[in-house]
Amino acid sequence: MHITQEIARPHTLAIMVDNEPGILARIAGLFTARGYNIESLTVSDVTQDQAVSRITIVTSASDHVMEQILAQLDRLVPVHSVTDLTALGAHVERELALIKVRGVGDHRVEALRLAEVYRARVIDATTSSFVFEVTGGREKIDTFIGLMREIGLIEVARTGIVAIARGNGS
Amino acid sequence: MAELSGADILIETLCDLGVEVVFGYPGGAVLPIYDAMFRSQRIKHILVRHEQAATHAAEGYARSTGKPGVVLVTSGPGATNAVTGITDALMDSIPMVVITGQVPTALIGTDAFQEADTVGITRHCTKHNYLVKDPAILADVINEAFHIATSGRPGPVVVDIPKDVQVATARFTKGTGTPVATVHKTYRPQVKAEPTLIEQAMDMLAAAERPILYTGGGIINAGPGASQLLRELARITGAPVTSTLMGLGAFPASSDQWLGMLGMHGTYEANYAMNQADLILCLGARFDDRVTGRLDAFSPNSRKIHVDIDRSSINKNVRVDLPIVADVGRALEDMVRVYKSRRHPKPDLAEWWRRIKGWREVRSLDFPENKAEIMPQAAIRALWEATHRKSPIITTEVGQHQMWAAQHFGFEGPNKWLTSGGLGTMGYGLPAAIGAQIGNPGALVIDIAGEASIQMNIQELGTATQYRLPVKIFILNNQYMGMVRQWQELTYASRYAESYSDALPDFVKLAEAYGWKGICIEGPDQLESGIADMLAYDGPVMVDCRVAQLANCFPMIPSGAAHTDMLLQASEVSGEMDDSAKALV
Repeated sequence: MHITQEIARPHTLAIMVDNEPGILARIAGLFTARGYNIESLTVSDVTQDQAVSRITIVTSASDHVMEQILAQLDRLVPVHSVTDLTALGAHVERELALIKVRGVGDHRVEALRLAEVYRARVIDATTSSFVFEVTGGREKIDTFIGLMREIGLIEVARTGIVAIARGNGS
Repeated sequence: MAELSGADILIETLCDLGVEVVFGYPGGAVLPIYDAMFRSQRIKHILVRHEQAATHAAEGYARSTGKPGVVLVTSGPGATNAVTGITDALMDSIPMVVITGQVPTALIGTDAFQEADTVGITRHCTKHNYLVKDPAILADVINEAFHIATSGRPGPVVVDIPKDVQVATARFTKGTGTPVATVHKTYRPQVKAEPTLIEQAMDMLAAAERPILYTGGGIINAGPGASQLLRELARITGAPVTSTLMGLGAFPASSDQWLGMLGMHGTYEANYAMNQADLILCLGARFDDRVTGRLDAFSPNSRKIHVDIDRSSINKNVRVDLPIVADVGRALEDMVRVYKSRRHPKPDLAEWWRRIKGWREVRSLDFPENKAEIMPQAAIRALWEATHRKSPIITTEVGQHQMWAAQHFGFEGPNKWLTSGGLGTMGYGLPAAIGAQIGNPGALVIDIAGEASIQMNIQELGTATQYRLPVKIFILNNQYMGMVRQWQELTYASRYAESYSDALPDFVKLAEAYGWKGICIEGPDQLESGIADMLAYDGPVMVDCRVAQLANCFPMIPSGAAHTDMLLQASEVSGEMDDSAKALV
């Protein structure tokens, strides 16, 4: 006997929640308890009174499972709203990464040249290393990290995706 | 303004909410609450013998009265023991508020004595939960907890209160707890259906040639009025009615339009009608795997309308054509009104009923006669015969006896059938019967049990004795965990691994040791008189009814099979199944 799985597609969700203790465990726990996956998750409060947090989750799921994920999230008591930005259509996604690279001589020059192309900023430097800050879509960051790997990648820190719908609607 | 301790605020708030009964067990972290309750003298506390039983008793109370069940237990083991009952209430949508003590705030996270992360542990087995760190918000939290537990899709809510919060004081004016009914900032269940959807549903129902009403526990939760409306809808449409395990009693078993329960151990006519229907109107049920059987073969040619208050139940297992998010009671009210106002005539379903009649003639609930031994089905029917005029409340444990009770005990009204459906918790029946008896002092309450299940909360015999509750336990004793044995017979070539009930107690002596009356029924000739003796005794009785050991529960749709692949008797059972069948529950 073998186990088969449905074809999944990535979705970016924006979840507005009460900023209260345990809320992240509630959301993340729902994903594990029901067997949904989380590719990235970011959270921060976004209102002036710090009462509401915005959680951005990138998950991948079949259409049928996606419908369940939205309904399951929506019925949690502290959840104000759940939006599937991917289904909504036009939206922008950004991620920030900090990338530490080792390099001397030609490697340093090459690293800086590539950084310029990818609009990465140097935010720390020693005689043998750089820390770059780069923002962009996931693909761009993946590519930049790939290039840095050839040069001498030491360490990567990524925020995960944040996303917002285009246009003037909320 | 007077200041009260957190414990006093809790008790005052519970009284304001109309709480009359609390099921619980004291311990270090709830002593201030127990003292406040003792001083107030306004709440009846039922002392159970194990916290799991407190939760099931609260479920039994809730299911039989329609009021929320309230549980009070201590921190650590008190809370963890309650987890099974909390999960049970979540699965079966039972309104319940569980108050747990917690170690003092300053000790949280230090592995203190009797500390457990109750909020963490119960996060996914509650509808919602709280850790209250300030007595000033306690009244509001309790009010909100009751609102959440009882509204929308009902369920359990846990409120964890550290001991220092119970002792610390805060301002409190009686009756000032914020009413949350309509104003909650995020929680607003949709109770009223979109009118156009109701109209569409009724047009579909009126046009259907082979309709069926598939009803569930949601109708019981929606209150007795919903059951009346279901009967009215059935009357004006002439449609056949089937129900899940949880919905039994919403529609009278004596009605001509009743097909019996559907699903794994449902009747032939109910499952064939589901399979052949051209329209399924699902009312407060959730297309559970026990009901649907193999999904790709489930009612292949029907259009499906699903009324459920929980949006996440819709399209979860089965895709439906017309989803309606609403309280099923409100939706039924609208449906009956709309059906009448649109002047739909009663459809001509003669051909459909002719086919149903053919399926009924299979007589799928028949069982082999046995003169030497009591057939368990016959025992249930004898029990029904002797008690149905008293309109008894029946609770069950989990297993064969539960399914036989569901098949053979005809229910005429809602709130009379209390069983653990979703979680399937052995040990549910006795404490649930205790809770039901507390909520319905004059009622005849019978726990139909198995000899294995009853031992899972047998300590509650003492609770019934203490409160002089005339609960009856009717054990179908076949000396096996019968459903496990039945599956082993079907799937594992009758290799009965650990399913034999060895070293059973003498149930009569056990009953007597707790101050109960014990009766043993050993053969068919004693069945009627034994039941009569049980009913004649004005107090708690445990009946040890010895039944045929190897009887199986049929009809049965094996896991992962279609409704039409029903087994009607043991001779159709193959000895060993392949791996994919073994992997199904």
